[in-house]
Amino acid sequence: MDALDKPLVIAGKTFASRLIVGTGKYPSHQVMQACHQAAGTSMVTVAVRRLDLKATGEASLLSWIDKEKIAVLPNTAACYTADDAIRTARLGAELGLSTWVKLEVLGDEKTLFPDVEETLKAARVLVKEGFTVLPYTSDDVITARKLEDVGCAAVMPLAAPIGSGLGIRNPHALRLILETVKVPVIVDAGVGTASDAAIAMELGCHALLMNTAIAQAKEPVRMARAMRLAVEAGREAYLAGRIPMKAYASASSPLSGLIGA
Amino acid sequence: MGAVLEIHLNGEARQVTVGTTVAQLLAQLGLAGKPVAVEVNEQVVKQAQHGAHALAQGDRVEVVTFVGGG
Repeated sequence: MDALDKPLVIAGKTFASRLIVGTGKYPSHQVMQACHQAAGTSMVTVAVRRLDLKATGEASLLSWIDKEKIAVLPNTAACYTADDAIRTARLGAELGLSTWVKLEVLGDEKTLFPDVEETLKAARVLVKEGFTVLPYTSDDVITARKLEDVGCAAVMPLAAPIGSGLGIRNPHALRLILETVKVPVIVDAGVGTASDAAIAMELGCHALLMNTAIAQAKEPVRMARAMRLAVEAGREAYLAGRIPMKAYASASSPLSGLIGA
Repeated sequence: MGAVLEIHLNGEARQVTVGTTVAQLLAQLGLAGKPVAVEVNEQVVKQAQHGAHALAQGDRVEVVTFVGGG
C-alpha cells in the first residue's frame, strides 16, 4: 500500500491489504495458496463444518494458509437462524485461531440475501460475548447503522447476490452507508471482475471481500492479481479525487497560440 | 467392553463405552491433537474440558473443523 494512504484498521488491528479473500471453490489447495499470494491478502475467510469422519489423511485447509501473514476469519456461512450462527461462531472461536467472526445469517436459498433481523439478533449476542463481529448485510443504510450501534466492528454490505458476479448494482446505497457509519464498510459478495472491485473502492469503500470471482475464474491466480491491482487502483483514485462529470468537451490543449491559416 | 451407550456423532448413531470422555472419543476417531472443536447438545465443550466431560446416553455430539469458504 502507498505510503500516503492510511492502512485499513478494523477493531484496532491494522491490515496491509484491503482485499479479503475466501478459501472456497478453488480447483485445489495449491491454487488457493497461489491466489492468496497473488492477491496480497492479509485476511482470509474460512467455514466451520462437520468433520468428515470417514476421510483419512487429507491435509488440513489450515496448512495451506500462511498464518504468519494472513489472519483467519471464521464465518457462519449457510446459517439461517441467529441461534445456528451463534453456535457456529462459538465453534469457530473454539478452533483457536480467532475471536473474530464473519457473521452471515441468510434468509433465502435462492438469493442468499441476509436475514437482517436474525443477523442483528446474533450480532448483539456475539458482541456481548466478546467477538469482533463483521456482519454480511444488505445494502440498506438503516440496517448498517443498527449493526454499528450494536457494536459490530465493520459492516459488509453485498454489492449483488453471493457468487453472482453481477457487480456493483447499487452504488447509491453503498454511498449512503459510507456517509452514515463510522466503522469500515467492506463490500462482501457480488463482485465479478476487476472493474467491479475498482468501482467499489472508488466509492470510498474501505475493503472488499471476495471468493467466487477469483476461485472460479478461468485463471484464478491471474484474477487474484487483477483484483489486487483493481483494489489498489480504485483506492488511489478515490484518494486522488476524480474530476466532475460534464456534459460537454473541455479541451486539454491551450486554445491560444494556434498557428495562422 | 463394558456397558455401552448410544450417542449421535455428526448426525450418525454411534455406540461408546459408558464413561467415555470427549477426549477418549476423539482419540478413538484418530483426532487427538487435531484442529477440531466439539459441541455436545449444542454447547461447546472447551478443549481443557475434553478429558473431564463424560458422554451420556443420547448426547448429540458435533465434531467440526475449518473448511474452505467465503
